[in-house]
Amino acid sequence: MRSAIPAAPRVGTAQILFGLSVAILVIVVAVPVLLIFFNAFWVNGAFNIVDVVKVLSQPETYQALLNSLILASGVTVTGTIVGTFFAWLVTRTDLPFKGTMKVLFLVPFMLPSFIGALAWKMLLSPRSGYINRMFMEVFGFDGPVFDIYTYVGIILVETMYLFPFVFIQVSGALERMDPTLEESARISGADLFTITRKITIPLVMPSILSGSLLIMLYSMAHFGTVAVLGIEVGIYNIPTLIYEKIHQSAGSFASIRTGTVLASVLVVTAAFILWLQNRVLSRGRYQIIAGKSFRPTQLKLRGLRIPMLVFCIAYIGFTIVLPTVTIFMVGALKTYGLPFTAENMTLFNYKFILFDWQLTRDAIWNSISLGFVAAAITMFAGVIISYVIVKMKVRGKGILEFLGMLPFSVPGSVIALGVILAWSGKFGINIYNTVWIILVAYIARYMAFSLKANSAALEQVHDSLVEAARASGATMWQALRDIVVPLVRPGMLAAFFLIFLPALRELTVSVLLYGPTTRTIGVAIYTLNEDGETVYSAALAGIALIIIVFGESVIKRLFKIRYK
Amino acid sequence: MSYIQLDQVTKRFGAVKAVDSLNLGIEQGECVAMLGPSGCGKTTTLRMVAGFEDLDDGEIRVGERIISSRRKRFYLPPENRNFGMVFQAFAVWPHLSVFENVAFPLRIRKLPKAEIEARTEEALRHTNLWAVADGSPDDLSGGGKQRVALARALAIRPDVMLLDEPLSSLDPHFREEMRFEIKDLQRRFGFSILYVTHDQSEAMALADRLMVMRLGVVQQVGTPLEIYGAPANRFVFEFIGLSSFLKVALRDGKMDVGGTAYAPPSPPPEALIAEGGAWLAARPNEISFTSEGGVGCVVERKAYLGEVIDYRVRVGDAEVRVQKTRRDPGPAVGEACGLIFERPRWYPLEG
Amino acid sequence: MADVCVAGLKKQYSDKVILSDFDLTVADGECFTLLGPSGCGKTVLLRLIAGFETPDAGTIAIGGVQVADAAKGTTVPPNERGLGMVFQDYAVWPHMNVLDNVSYPLKLAKVAADEMKSRAMGAVAMVGLKGLEARLPSELSGGQQQRVALARALVSEPRLLLLDEPLNNLDANLREEMRFEIKALQKELGVTVFYVTHDQEIALGISDRVAVMDGTGRLRQIGSPEEIYERPADAFVFSFLGLANFLSVTKVGDQWRVGAKGVPWSGALPDRDGEQFSAGFRPSDVIVSRQGDGLAGVVRRASFLGADMDYLIDIAGTEIRAALPSFDCLEKDLMFAEGDSCRVTLSDVHWFPVADGEGVQ
Repeated sequence: MRSAIPAAPRVGTAQILFGLSVAILVIVVAVPVLLIFFNAFWVNGAFNIVDVVKVLSQPETYQALLNSLILASGVTVTGTIVGTFFAWLVTRTDLPFKGTMKVLFLVPFMLPSFIGALAWKMLLSPRSGYINRMFMEVFGFDGPVFDIYTYVGIILVETMYLFPFVFIQVSGALERMDPTLEESARISGADLFTITRKITIPLVMPSILSGSLLIMLYSMAHFGTVAVLGIEVGIYNIPTLIYEKIHQSAGSFASIRTGTVLASVLVVTAAFILWLQNRVLSRGRYQIIAGKSFRPTQLKLRGLRIPMLVFCIAYIGFTIVLPTVTIFMVGALKTYGLPFTAENMTLFNYKFILFDWQLTRDAIWNSISLGFVAAAITMFAGVIISYVIVKMKVRGKGILEFLGMLPFSVPGSVIALGVILAWSGKFGINIYNTVWIILVAYIARYMAFSLKANSAALEQVHDSLVEAARASGATMWQALRDIVVPLVRPGMLAAFFLIFLPALRELTVSVLLYGPTTRTIGVAIYTLNEDGETVYSAALAGIALIIIVFGESVIKRLFKIRYK
Repeated sequence: MSYIQLDQVTKRFGAVKAVDSLNLGIEQGECVAMLGPSGCGKTTTLRMVAGFEDLDDGEIRVGERIISSRRKRFYLPPENRNFGMVFQAFAVWPHLSVFENVAFPLRIRKLPKAEIEARTEEALRHTNLWAVADGSPDDLSGGGKQRVALARALAIRPDVMLLDEPLSSLDPHFREEMRFEIKDLQRRFGFSILYVTHDQSEAMALADRLMVMRLGVVQQVGTPLEIYGAPANRFVFEFIGLSSFLKVALRDGKMDVGGTAYAPPSPPPEALIAEGGAWLAARPNEISFTSEGGVGCVVERKAYLGEVIDYRVRVGDAEVRVQKTRRDPGPAVGEACGLIFERPRWYPLEG
Repeated sequence: MADVCVAGLKKQYSDKVILSDFDLTVADGECFTLLGPSGCGKTVLLRLIAGFETPDAGTIAIGGVQVADAAKGTTVPPNERGLGMVFQDYAVWPHMNVLDNVSYPLKLAKVAADEMKSRAMGAVAMVGLKGLEARLPSELSGGQQQRVALARALVSEPRLLLLDEPLNNLDANLREEMRFEIKALQKELGVTVFYVTHDQEIALGISDRVAVMDGTGRLRQIGSPEEIYERPADAFVFSFLGLANFLSVTKVGDQWRVGAKGVPWSGALPDRDGEQFSAGFRPSDVIVSRQGDGLAGVVRRASFLGADMDYLIDIAGTEIRAALPSFDCLEKDLMFAEGDSCRVTLSDVHWFPVADGEGVQ
């Protein structure tokens, strides 16, 4: 027992960590976003709304706004229907191989949608698409059976990759739902159809809505699919128009202004959707999880059992297997457009882009190193910030929570634009056209992921675990080192991979920021395709898919071991 | 023939017999509680009566009506059985108001609007919920939610009410209150109750008859007093209240308990004497201390718990629990004395 | 070993005063329980003693050394107070196995490796977990996890063991068993125990002394379990310690009468001066008969609960509860039905000022 020591003035560690956290979020996230609003609404030092209206009422921008709305609404409707239907099928019916099906329906989450779009372009572009050509040449059709360069085409392709948002939410809700909620309706005299209509669907409605709003958010801000399938025929949405403006006009004042105005619209819309989703989640989410673990009554599909299974397999085959195979096959063609026969196939393309071609080798290296560094930095910054938010009692924590939530509502193209504004010499630092600007943008974009994963992990570490260490004789730092850090490590690891893997296939941000030697994998695939180098584009896409699938399975393995 | 009749009801889950050849009759207006540890088959039995599980063998009838029969390959789905049922986790629907929750079964039956309103109001008034009829059940306490569930079950005026651990999710002080409310409602509406619980005091307070189950097999059926006073076997004795057991050797007409000869107030049955040994079972409050005679013991632990003083005493290599009221202080820790079993019960050593 | 001395303590969170002018002394080596309803500030007091909170006024001394003095602004951090502590949610570290959990305090104290191992093994054996040293907490039951927490709290031979509702999350049988084990360990090690709970049965069963605290953070009574149960200081203590009946008794002329209807009171008379009292008694103090002397009552409800019959009896408009051994009732024809009239006498009555209530509490 030592004698009493004076109480330390409480300006120490807590305040330093708090200040650091605020600084990181302000520099990385707040400044770029503010600069966008500033550029959009301030002209020559004065607030100016007239010009903003003028920009928005130009036919080009107006059409892009309208397109974003049309595409996002369409994808939301189809994605919600598809996601809800499959979620119900795998949780509430006696469909065979339900477990496998559930895993397969989540695969689209893993695949980059612009690669999918690329595959569909190869299959269904009106003149050169393989399927369309097959129908015209073999069956003698006059025109293409389906033109993918249309609103419907874009909506269907996006749906294939975004429906899992609804699928995950709804199947989770249906699985966790207390079966007695439905049993009590049965005993009240309701048949299964009535129960589904009157009880089950209303109860999972908040999950359905929250999933569809996520689809809407992503579709609104989505670049890849529209860029691959729309630009050629003049269908622009907000992100692709921003890209077009910035890229074609090499940063002229007028185009930057148009870009910032469009970006502002995007931020406001995204914030509104997120606010709506939060409301749905906080008000509407019913307490429906409880009870003994009897399995819910399953609808017997009877005669429909096999047809439904065939339908699911066909869906998966059509949306996952077919595009993936197409990518690999086209990547192995000697020249794009040749039929898939043995004499037309070669592995040369793969060897060439992996080992010989500077452009693609740079791209692969850039993506891996950028992803790794961004993931590492974001992971550590995220731990510190989450710790302050979750565990510390500091005044002004509200600011931090707000800043931490902000990145969720800032779409990639907005971040890229903001980063250009902030780091092209405005504050004495010009890193435009270097990898560093992409790195800064990645950190801003993925900070939210890291905060989410780390906060979740930290919330699991109850205060009493730390207090038990203090009572055992540990100082604050010893308790952090021996208790908090080991317990949060899995969360940090999760954060790392949650950032590293998406960063590998990132397109939206990098496409606005890349310079001559700083292409990423996504940019390289996209620009090769633009330049008509379709087979190399496909081959690189194939390699990207292999890296991604390999990465995903590594994490799965990692986490499975941990949970054992 | 009873109103509700279960004949040779059997349910298998894989190789496990969850319920094995169960027979039970329930009279009109009677409350029967099925009691047992988790996994004893009581909930499965209730779910078979409700219709959520089919039978693997046997038959269930209500009145003249067969509702499940393996032999006749007949199974009436739960929505057509016209029972009221209350679940442990309340199972009230959070997206409907209290009123609409209760009106739901009536709307399903497509009753005239005025009648739906009248019967819903009646059910809500009887459960003291009329004041919160327009509110959301999510705003009610656990007890309030369970009353909504009761009102919903009452609305169709069922002849049979199935209650699946309805009080287990409530706070202890609410539990007692609800127990009496259920009893009052039964008295007023006259339905039969089949009640599942693992809480023996709840079962005894509420039920006209108890059925104690273990591993799918019925152990004893009887009134609460019969079950408490004369448990059919060691398992029932142990399950139904605090208990102490002593292994007794019976040799040459003498009784040997932990090394000392002892003559209990009532001797074991002849069959057990022939076996040469038995379990002597007693409730801790039916054992008293004596300074002379009795079964020799040493007090190991004594705890003052307010109403009772709780003792652990050693008899040979066995431990016996004894409880005395606070007005009846016994020996101190370490003291050697004798035990008198005021109301001994005897069970065979096997099984 | 150490005594604990709390003097003039005050703690508030923003405007809400939790404790004020609070004094308490725990003697060296005793098992002391702070008993009170939830939200009464008992856990705050425990956390102040542990050092997780700092007082707004007053002092705390452990073993004669001041660990917190609000006036001087000094405080000793929890890790230097020489404590063992057990939490309600176990707080066993999920990433360490049983032995590592228990060794951790010794590791911090820089105990040599082989001594650490043998002491930790000793502590594990002491709480009956021998053979489970290599298990992770997720592989243990709730009761076993709480034993790990107990071993961890005791391994460094602390002067003071703080227990914050450690048995709350355990089921009834386990709770009873652990209660005896904690008591036995305390006796064996001679450690001072400061135990916080809202469960009166645990408090009575485990303590050398009990302090009863009311919902506003005031101490109502301190004493041995027998003292507080048999001689409660006031009606709050009496009703907090178990099911309690109250009848209001008034002197009319020179006769004592019960309730609004004024039926004559029979039995023991108040032990002090006054005109009006609340007579408090336990259900087990109620003696019921078919006829004869005593207060006239009507049985409103009869429930068989196994060992006891539970009767709700109306006496002059006030309902009271009576608990009678079931077999006594059977043998003495005391199985009342609802609506039966009966006579009630009381074997033990506590007299409280009348403001303290009526009926069953």
